[in-house]
Order: sequence, then structure tokens, then C-alpha cells
Amino acid sequence: MEKALELKNITKHFGSLIANDHIGLTLYKGEILSLLGENGSGKTTLMNMISGIYYPDEGQIFVDGKEVEIKSPKDAFDLHIGMIHQHFKLVDVFTAAENIVLGLEGEKGKLDKKAVHAAVKEIADRYGFEIDPNKKIYDMSVSEKQTVEIVKVLYRGANILILDEPTAVLTPQETNKLFAVMRNMKQDGKAIIIITHKLHEVLDVSDRVVVLRKGKYIGDVETKNASQQSLTDMMVGRAVSLNIDRPHYENQRDTLLVEHLTVRDKEGVKKLDDVTFTARGGEILGIAGIAGSGQRELLESIAGLQHLEEGSKITYINPEGKHIDVNGMDPLDIINNNILLSFVPEDRFGMGLVGGMDITKNVMLRTYRRGASPVLDRKYPLDLSNKIVNDLEVMTPDVNKTPIRKLSGGNVQKVLVGREIECHPTVLMTAYAVRGLDINTSYTIYNLLTEQKMQGVAVIYVGEDLDVLLELCDRLLVLCGGKVSGIVDARKITKEEVGLMMTKVGGGA
Amino acid sequence: MNGFLNFLISFPTLLHSGIIFGTVIMYGALGEIITEKSGNLNLGVPGIMYLGGIAGLASTFFYENIYCVNNGVQPSAFLCIVMALVAAFLASALGALIYSFLTITLRTNQNVTGLTLTIFGSGIGNFFGGSLNKLAGGVGQINTLVTSASFRAYPAKLVNALDKVTEKLHFGLGTLLFSYGFLTFVAIALAIFLWYFFTKTRTGLSLRAVGENTGTADAAGINVTAFKYLATCIGGGISGIGGLYYVMNYIGGTWENQGTIEALGWLAVALVIFATWKPLRSIWGSYLFGVLYWAYFYIPGLTRSSQEIFKMIPYIVTIFVLLMVSMRRKKEDQPPASLGLPYFREER
Repeated sequence: MEKALELKNITKHFGSLIANDHIGLTLYKGEILSLLGENGSGKTTLMNMISGIYYPDEGQIFVDGKEVEIKSPKDAFDLHIGMIHQHFKLVDVFTAAENIVLGLEGEKGKLDKKAVHAAVKEIADRYGFEIDPNKKIYDMSVSEKQTVEIVKVLYRGANILILDEPTAVLTPQETNKLFAVMRNMKQDGKAIIIITHKLHEVLDVSDRVVVLRKGKYIGDVETKNASQQSLTDMMVGRAVSLNIDRPHYENQRDTLLVEHLTVRDKEGVKKLDDVTFTARGGEILGIAGIAGSGQRELLESIAGLQHLEEGSKITYINPEGKHIDVNGMDPLDIINNNILLSFVPEDRFGMGLVGGMDITKNVMLRTYRRGASPVLDRKYPLDLSNKIVNDLEVMTPDVNKTPIRKLSGGNVQKVLVGREIECHPTVLMTAYAVRGLDINTSYTIYNLLTEQKMQGVAVIYVGEDLDVLLELCDRLLVLCGGKVSGIVDARKITKEEVGLMMTKVGGGA
Repeated sequence: MNGFLNFLISFPTLLHSGIIFGTVIMYGALGEIITEKSGNLNLGVPGIMYLGGIAGLASTFFYENIYCVNNGVQPSAFLCIVMALVAAFLASALGALIYSFLTITLRTNQNVTGLTLTIFGSGIGNFFGGSLNKLAGGVGQINTLVTSASFRAYPAKLVNALDKVTEKLHFGLGTLLFSYGFLTFVAIALAIFLWYFFTKTRTGLSLRAVGENTGTADAAGINVTAFKYLATCIGGGISGIGGLYYVMNYIGGTWENQGTIEALGWLAVALVIFATWKPLRSIWGSYLFGVLYWAYFYIPGLTRSSQEIFKMIPYIVTIFVLLMVSMRRKKEDQPPASLGLPYFREER
């Protein structure tokens, strides 16, 4: 096979950190290559050097056998390399077509919309996309935006496509569509690199897998000779158990009753519509749904951060069996009423932690009300921080100097989850707790949540990875457009069934 | 009732003053729209207008009152105009270049840098304005007659002919439509050109992308730094023409240091918001501001203090528009999404 891209001895430093350490990699035409590695293993850094976002400190890049220098994204385009970033690079107020031609020099200064539309349609037909060139990005779903991204690089004549975690935000059906498109592109002779954390997708779509660990090249395997277990072992460097333990807790009791919960956003659109469910102590209740189906509003309503519509009712049952009406309470009322509620929000720095403060001060945010002295108690949060750091193996230079923003995503999340668990909640809510985390850290978090469940805590887990939701949770509540599409036993349902429920209330069955 | 009728009759005159006033801030606003489309919030507009005004005035003062007088030649109207325009544009662009270097290259805070530029510009303007006064022999003695007259020249025959047509209606159509200096019409043409540029050309699309989502523009192969520098400097130059228009057309080629340029500069910034970053809206928006600003003059029975309340109307209208825009949340009316944010490519 013909080589499309070859990297030799690529090295990149960020300060004292070596993100890529003499990495070599070959990509062939008509091949789908999976790039696998834990968080911080240097996958995205490496891809960013191919697409011109970063410039390597050392090493050579060959495209079609010729050595090249890629100093800017423009150089990458000129070499027919296109990257679809994890966070879409699209301008919200532009149409699909405007985003697609952005930055290209045409023959004339004036933009010829008709010609662009025709070209977009031609690409869409060839590979099987559905796209409306006149639609504004802000009106699009995540999967539509991704389509625009892919068409954008194809329009630029990309022969080498890099997709950075393209499936993280897609439903299984959308993922299958994407994979079909990728196979069409492969048939067409394009070379594709895909980064994904989901091993079954790696096995499903790729021809070959390259594994990175801690900035180093570990090796490559033909996909047909690989299994989930063998890939994980390569990635982590030791044998890892891939099964999520799902023990059953005997003494389940109702802890939180949510009845007829309706929430509107600022424009008056219903974000939650008549949601009713019960969260039980001693079980993990998973919340599944397409991004933006009301997951955020649901958790925020319980945490006292949303205005509830007439008729909504949230009741907390404390361990003594007393019913407490939670609707209308703000977070401070909730604390004052001794309702033991912990919330790990989606937006770690926006709502969970203060990025500029160290671990101890962030822990103190939850503890400073203790005691009667007007002077802050520093010792308790310091001890607690040390405990969290030790128990959860948080990698940090210290607990009371380094701003938490400087830690890696996984470590930040460990601190946040650790702090919330140390509050000894009876209800623990987590939103996308493992988003952006590698396999190892993700499993640490899963184990922590299961541990909490086995202590009788009602855990509410909002997740996006259906495989995990089905393995980790006891029951699954599926949201679709703010409505409850169904509450099902996670042990007895398939991924496809859940996927259908996510796109249609009741799953169309 | 009689008062209202009088107001109606004097409305064309009010509109006329409003258009002259409005053109000053239209230049300021058009320049600032270009700047803000690149994501730079330059609050130095008042300072830049000072720079434009004083540079245009000083260059023609030396030409008219010193060079021509000493050599005993007649000042050439053409030279006066070109010299004033070039000097005003360059001085203002230079002011904007300082801002660009600080905010784009050194990544200083845009608000603070802009405000500092305003203080700097008004200081420079008033310092040299004072020096010119001294050269001219006293406060209010500066006179660039030829330049000012050339800037204010209009087709008198056409105006008179049209005025005759509407004589019976008690107003002069020609005066209302055409009795302005050429820069007044250039401003309208510029606004239309900018509309075309932003919405129909590739370069305009790229510029808007830089201001909306700098990272995306960068990844699309657009030279973000160049766009930001150029947009800010050209925008500054155009804002500066507003200062020149004020000096030449509005006060007739002299210098006054009562801080009027600064007040107009802030109105220009307000107009950008009022126009929701759209050049075409800034045309009627600026005239509306002008009419509102001068309305007190035509409303009978106002005292000095109640006049001041009327002069506030443009600002109140702006606040109202800002409220409406943020409540309606129409995406197309929002400020460029990356406005005011510094950009680092290799940030992790």
C-alpha cells in the first residue's frame, strides 16, 4: 500500500512536560487508523502538529513520500490534511456553506453562493451526508455540526482526515451513519485517523490501531488481531479489569421523589416536561439522552438552581423517613435544611470549582460553614484535601499552592468528586463525570460511585456513553426533548433500544 | 398645538443639523464596526477622533497659514483636502496601531488599553491645539479658511434650483438633501460598501470569522494577527476622519477644547451598539442621534438645565436598544462572539 503520511521522531515539549517523545507513525492510503491512548498520552498534541496548530520541536513529517514543514493550518490544507476537532471549529452565526468556504481564496473576491452549494451537494451525495448549506450553525444538532466539519475538510480537498473523538457526542445511530461515511471515504482512497476512547468502535471501524502511552509510541496492531482487553493492556501498560462491578444493594429505600417536574428556559421553551421519577438510596439511576435533552435542567432543578413551573414537586426523604419539600429552595436553603445533597456539575470550573484556587481552598468552599468561630478553620479542609489526594491518587505537586486549573482534567474531576463524596451525601448527582477522562480514571470514578451506592446513597448518573450507562446503572431514565421517554431496567435492555428511546419518546415501539 | 406646528415646520432644519452632527459619529462608528468585527473592542475611539482632528487641522494650518503666507502663494483647495485627509487618517491609524500592538501582540486588556488611548488622544489633541492657538495669536484665532471651505463646498446651483421647487412648502429640498460637504456623502457610500464587504465578499467573511470565533478562523487558515492589525488600524483611520469632519465641517476649521470630540466619540461607540454592528443601520442611526441631540434647540420653553436632559436622549435610546437586543437574543444582532478576548494559539 502507498504511504499517505509518515512521522519520524516527532517530539514536542510544553515547558518541562514532554507531550510527544520521538514518535514515529505511518498512515497508508485507503486505511482507517485508530490512535489510542489514555488522556495525556499525547494523541491530540500529535494530531495538532499534523494539522498545523502546533509546531514540533524535533522530527520530520512526510506527506506522499516528500518531507514537508507544517507551520500553520493553512500549510496543512495545502497538503490536503484536514482535522475535525473535538470541539467544533465553526462560527455559530454563519451558515453551513459560509463555514465550509471560510478562509479559502476564490477566483473572485465575491462569494459565489450557488457554486459553493453545488460543490457541497456533490460531496454530500458522493459520501452519503445529509446537509443543508443554508442552515445556520446555531440551529444545528451536534451531529449536523459534525457533518459540516467533515464536509468542510473534504471541500478543501483533504486526502488525509483526522477525527478527534468524533463519536463522543453522537447517538449509536448517528455513530453508525458516521462510520458508514468513513468507510465510503476509505473506498475513495482517503486516509483516515480516528481518535476515540471507545474500544468497541475502534474494533468496529478501523483497520489498524496505534497505541501511545505517556507521550511514547507503544506499538501498532492489525485490528483483526486485537481485542478490547489486549488494547487496554497496551494502553495502560498493565492488565486492567474492564468489567464494571454491579453489586445489588439489598435495603433500597426511596430518597428523592420528583413529580411532574416542568422547567422552561428564558425564551419560555419547555426544557423539562412533566418529568416524574423516584431516586432510590442504594441504586445508581442513569440518565441517558441526546446532549441538551434536559439533563442539565433536571439536575439543576433538584439542586435548587432552576425556577420550577407550577405543579412541579420535588420531595426529599431523609434517613429518618421525614418528607421535606424541596421545590422553591435555593442551594443555601437545602444546606440549612440538612438535606444531604451533592452535585458534580457538568461545568467543572463554572459551577464546581474555582480554577484559580488550590485544592484546599476548593475543599473549603464546602466546609467553611462548619464550626462557630468567625475565623476560617484551615486544618479540617487541609486534612480532607490530603485524604482525597491520597485515596484517589490525585497527581498534584501540592494541595495548598498550585491553582487547580493547572491540574489535568482527570485530576480535577477526582478532586471534585472526592470533595462531594466527603460531604457524606444521601443523594449524589453527577453530570458527565467521566467526560474527557481516560479509561483508568473513568474506572476509578465508576468504582467510587458504586461504593457510594453500596453505602445506601441514591446516585444519579448523567452520562453519554451508553455502554457504560448499561453496565454501571441499575435503572435507566431516558430523556427525549425534555420528556421521560422511559424508565427501564439497565440489566435488561439493549443499546439499540435505548438509542431509539433517545430519539423518540417511547422508542417508537 | 401652535408649538407642535412650529416644530413640524422647523423639522427639515433640525434634520439638516442632525445629518451634519450624525456624520461625525457615523465615521467614528463605521471605523469602530470594522475594528470590532475583528474582535477588538477599541474604546479609544474618542482619543482617535482627537488625533484625526488635530492632525488634519495642524497639517493644513501649517500649509495655509505659514507656508502659503510666507511664500505668498494661494493655497490649493485640492492640496488642502488631500493633506488633511491623509494626515487625519495616518495619525488615527497610528493611534490604533499603538492599541493593536498592545492588545494583539502584547495581549493587554482591551478595555484598559482603549480607555488609556482616549486619554492619550485627547491630551495630544488639546496640547497641539493649544500650541496652534499660540502660533495663531490666541484662543479661537486658528483659521484654516480655504481648507474648511473646500470641505464644506456643495453644489450651490443644484441646491438653489431644488429649493425653488419646494419654496411654497416652507422648506428647501435642495438644502436638506445636498447642502453638505462631500465627506457627508462619502460616509453613506462607505457604509454601503462596508455592508457589501462584510456580507458578500470572502475577505469580509474571514474578517467576521476572526471576530466571531478566532480559533476557528485560525484553524481555517486565516492570518488572524494580520486581520486584527489591519482591521483595527483601518478602522482607527476611518474613525479619525470623524474628528476631521468635526473640525472642518462642524466648527469651521478651528480648534476648541471643551471636550466635544470626546462626547461625540462616546456617542460613536454607542452608535455601534445601536446599529447592532451593521453599517447600514448606522446611517439612519447616526442621523437619528443627531436629530435627538439637536431636538432641544427646536423645542420651545427649555431652560439651560432641561436642555441637558434632552442631550442625554441618544444615550438613553442606546441603553434601550441594548436591553431590547439582549432580551430578544437574536443571534444576528449580538456583538461578535470573541469581542474583547485576547487570542493565544498554543494555549492548553
